[in-house]
Parts: sequence; structure tokens; C-alpha cells
Amino acid sequence: MTTVRGPAVSRKLAINNLRERRPLEPAVVDRFLARHEAPIVEGARCTFLYRGEADEVRLVHRIFGLPERIPLRRLRGADLWYVVVELPEGSRIEYQLEVAHGEQRERINDPLNRRLAHSPLGSSSVCYARGYEVPEWTQPDPVSRPGSLVDLVVPSRALRRDCQVTLYLPARFRRTARYPLLIVHDGGDYLEYASASTVLDNLIHRLDVAETIVAFVSPGDRLVEYANSAAHARYLTAELMPRLEEEFPLVGTPSARCLMGASFGAVAALSTAYRYPGAYGSLLLQSGSFVFTDIGNDHGGGPAFEPVVRFVNRYRAAPCRVADRVFVCCGVYEPLIIRNRSMVPTFEAAGMAVRYVEARDGHSWENWRDRLREGLSWIFPGPQKFFYE
Amino acid sequence: MRVTLLGPQRRPTLDTVAASLRLAGPVATITAGWQEREPDDGALSERLGSRDVNLSLYGRWLDVQDRNPDFAAAERRLRGVLEEVQEIYLLRLDHALQAVYAVQRRSGHDRLRADALAEAVAAVRELDAAHLHRISDVRGEFYQAWRPHDRPVIAEHRAAVARLLSDAAALVIAGGHVGVLAHTLHLFDVVPPPRSPVIAWSAGAMALTDRIVLFHDRSPQGFGHPEVFGKGLSVLRGVVPLPHARARLLLDDAPRMAVFARRFAPARCVLLENGTRVDTDGDGTCPPGTRVLAGDGRVTALEAA
Repeated sequence: MTTVRGPAVSRKLAINNLRERRPLEPAVVDRFLARHEAPIVEGARCTFLYRGEADEVRLVHRIFGLPERIPLRRLRGADLWYVVVELPEGSRIEYQLEVAHGEQRERINDPLNRRLAHSPLGSSSVCYARGYEVPEWTQPDPVSRPGSLVDLVVPSRALRRDCQVTLYLPARFRRTARYPLLIVHDGGDYLEYASASTVLDNLIHRLDVAETIVAFVSPGDRLVEYANSAAHARYLTAELMPRLEEEFPLVGTPSARCLMGASFGAVAALSTAYRYPGAYGSLLLQSGSFVFTDIGNDHGGGPAFEPVVRFVNRYRAAPCRVADRVFVCCGVYEPLIIRNRSMVPTFEAAGMAVRYVEARDGHSWENWRDRLREGLSWIFPGPQKFFYE
Repeated sequence: MRVTLLGPQRRPTLDTVAASLRLAGPVATITAGWQEREPDDGALSERLGSRDVNLSLYGRWLDVQDRNPDFAAAERRLRGVLEEVQEIYLLRLDHALQAVYAVQRRSGHDRLRADALAEAVAAVRELDAAHLHRISDVRGEFYQAWRPHDRPVIAEHRAAVARLLSDAAALVIAGGHVGVLAHTLHLFDVVPPPRSPVIAWSAGAMALTDRIVLFHDRSPQGFGHPEVFGKGLSVLRGVVPLPHARARLLLDDAPRMAVFARRFAPARCVLLENGTRVDTDGDGTCPPGTRVLAGDGRVTALEAA
């Protein structure tokens, strides 16, 4: 478990102590950097640092509510740059540094910070504010028996392509048992960037989550297939699901089926359930790109969002029950937070049981990873309540 | 029937308890709640002086699965139906208990509130009773339709279990998965010998009761409502055993615990923590010193009558 703890009480920041040092020799800066892990977390205040010659250095992030590019100040007489940002307890933020030399600007990960987060778009540096802990159940645990991953190819007439599916079978998988089915959009990314397989191993081993068969599906043209596509919904519901229920020991009832996705994947999950109401008992929607307009057409999402906006607007105008239970989560530092908050009463108005969770995090795979325990244990609770050793 | 309930056996007390009962003869043990680990009973055997005979109920159940696939498939369907019944019950229970807690929190006229609270709790008790009834009906229909006693493989195992029990000086039931344990106890028609004591802890203690109550306030998805799961062997009446109470329940939340106690009254909610020993005659009478949830939600020790 990684925990960042700083003093709760206000005291002089390390960077301010350094600023008072005269003369500020390079060796002093060397010692300062050797003594402190960057960013320096002191209570609610985080000091971001960069060392090197530059004309300008900025902290670049996607925290909704803060200026997008925050300039670092150069420490007088030294090649050290810094900025202090207040981060509420429990925050986790991903960022980069933009270093300018003349007209040339380069965006880099923080060379002083060893923590990185990865995504399909590359990597970025991560700051753990005071109180954030990497959940230990996201890390490999030798005690947890691993499930197995099986690759399938499902020919789809709906999508007119062969679809890759990675199937997770829980440890101790038995043909004589019956399992619920979880279908995960952007499955490859969940496996790679959200440690989905490790998380499932741990949560199932700890009895937090029921033994579940998980189908990790991957998109072709994501922005098309996941933006309220009839073909995608048909593929999942009329092709993939029946095949899995024929070949694997699945419970095969709506209450034992869940669609899950993040961002556009959440739109795909919701729109699929919308097209096939009653087929899926649960939805697990993480940071859904539920962009809508209340008036006018300026949604700010670009052309890819047009079908999404049309779908979400239609759904919000006439909310209907598409599943029994919906788990919704979103990072409060995402611009999508307002959209997701707005969807909660909409889902509730449709008569669905909603569990809504916010986190001090952004639109990132580690945020979605960290919410899996709450989400999955609510959707498919493990047998913990039956065990009294 | 003498029943001795123990706290969890991570810090074992079974050996001293068994010695105090001066058992003469073999001791039948049930570790079906451990499921695949059922045969790993070496430590248990040691504590019983190696005179134990494991009834191997889980192994017998697996054998039935293998040798009678039709029955196994029917059991799976039964499990599916029971799960759905439980889900619907939980849905209703959630609303009924939310009403109880809302009335409990409400400010205003004390007397009115107390009356409304009593009615709200009564509604939950009715729901619990109806649910227990429904589960019994579903199980009864299953047993009627599939007549396990007429199936040779089950009849064979039942006879073997009855033989082992008839020779036993005591029956010891360990914890584990209370659902699996209760199911195998019913399937193999386990009837504790009337003159031999029964010693049980954790899920084993719960499976002896006439109403198994599941509880877990500290699950990852937030606290769950205590829920009626089904009938146990009914050799222990008027008691709701609460193994690992401190670890599993928000005992400091007195209003919540008060609802728990009132909901299951007059049954006593008995805390089974490490080192606990409760000797009872199976009628719900507990000795002085037994720690129970009182009507006000606080943990209290019973005083001598």
C-alpha cells in the first residue's frame, strides 16, 4: 500500500525554507531534492518542482476548476522552478510539465517524480495528495488465486468484423457452477491500465465480489461503435451474449448480467441497455461521456459527440428504466462531473436503483480502477455475508 | 438438548470445552462450511483428542452431484429461485428498514414517534416472517418434487450419517459458509443425537437455529441490512447468534443495534466473540454473563434471573 501522509497542521513549506537560503548553491538544491520526494506533499499543499534551464515552465493538468496551465516560478539564483498547489485530501492527479525554450515548448513527465500513470494515450506523472492510498486490492497478491484469461474471436454480422473478446474465468472455475456475466467495454484497456484481472482475482478471493465471468470486449472504430450504435448493441446482446451463455455456465438471467464501461464505453453500455431494456440487470458506468444540451447545440464535445448528445438528450427528455441497478462514478476533477451528477436524478426518475460515487480524481484509468471495488461489490456482491469462520 | 455455543476458534477453546463435558465416545464433526477444505480438519481432530469422525457432508454432497446429475441440476435451479426470492426480499427490506431508521431519526413528539417506530419495526418483522415462510415453501416444494429420501445415493448417505451420529457422544459443528452448511445439514437429514451435546461456533452456531440471520455492516459496498436467510436445524430456538459481532457489526451505532434487537425479539441476539462460551438447553435460555444486544441497542451482559 502506498500512502502519502503529510502534517495536517500548517507549517512553513520546505520550498519556503529553501528560498531563504543564501547563497543558493547548486549543492544546496541537490541536497534539497535528495531529501524530498517530488511533488512535495505538505498537508493540503503540494509543491511541484522542475530543475533545469528554461524560459518558462508550466504545470499542465486536466483538473476541472483550476487553470489548465499553471506557471512555475523560478527560484532566485537557482535553476529550480516551483509552484504550490492546494489539493484536497485524498486527491490523485495526473499531470505533465510544459517546458519552454524560446518558441519551443515540450511537454514532459515530471523528471523528479517516479510515479507514472499509463493510458492508451501515453503516460503522465501522478501526484498523490495527502490521504490518497493506492488500494492494496489493486496490487498483485500472492494469496489470491488467479483467474484465467481466454481469448475468443466472435464473428459479428452486426459489426461486420471478427471481434476479439478476452474472457476472464475465475479461479476454481467449474462447469457445474453458474456465474454472472460482466461485459466490459474497452476491455483491453481495463486489463492493461486498470489492472482489471488483478482486481478481479483479489476481490473474488476476498469474497467482496461474486465469482464472475467477465467478457472484455474491444472496439473497432471506438468513436462510432460506442456512440449509441445499433450495430454494437446488437453485437453484444444478440451475438456475444447468447454465444457466451451457450458455451459457458452462466446464470443467464437479467439480474446476473451487467454492462460496464468508462467514458465513451459508459455511453455504449447505457445505449445498449436502452436498446435492449430488460436484457441487463445492472450497469456500471464510470465517468460516462454523457454530454447533453439543455438549450441550443453548443455542447463543446466536437463532431464525435453529436450522436452521443442526440442520444443523451433523448434519454433525458424521456428517462426510461433500462436496468434494475446502476452504479455511476465520476472524478470531481473531470469536466464530466456535472454531466454525471445530472444523470443521477435522471436514472432515479426512471425507477432504477442508483449508487453514485465521486472521487477526488480525474478522467483516468487509475480512477476507474480505484472505484471497481465499490462498483463490482455492489453489482455482484461476493459471498462475504455467508462466511462466519 | 444441550447446546454449547463458542466464539470463533481462531483462538481455540474447543479442547477445554470438550474436556469439561466429559465426553465418552467418538465425536461426530461437521466441517461442510469449509467446502473444499472440509477434509483439512487435522487441527480440529487434534483438539478433540483424535476421536473425531467427520461426517463429510460436503464430500457427500459432491458425490450426489456426480452420481445424480438430474438432482444436481434441480438443486441449481432451486438455488436460482432462492436467490431471486432473497433479492426481492432485500429490495423490500431496504425500503422497510429505511422507513424504520427515518422514523427513528425524526424529531418531534416522543410518544407519536415511539408508536410509529413500533409499527415500522412490526412491518419489518412481518416481512421477515413472510420471507421465512416463502423460503420454507420453496424448499418444501423442491423436496416434495425431488424426494431426496427416495434417491438411492442420498438415502445411502443419509443412512451412513445417521449411523455415525447414533454412535456419537457429541456433535461438533464448525463455521464457514452458512448457506452450504445449512443446505448439507438438511439434505443429509442431520439430527443431533438427543442425549449428546452439540458444540458449535460461527456458521455452525447459526445453522443450529430456527432462523438464520445474516449480517455484515462492514462490507465494501457499505453496510448491509441484517437479513433472514432460512431455517437451520432448529435445535436452538430463540437465539440469533452473532459471531465476530465486533468485527462485523457497527455495535457503537446504538439506534441501529436497537432496531436489530427489537426486530428479532424475543429471540436473544447473542454475541459470540473470541473466548465466548454459552451453554444452553436449546430453548433460548442463556446463562448469566451472556453478552447480548439489549433493546436499547447496547451490548449488555445477562444477569441472573
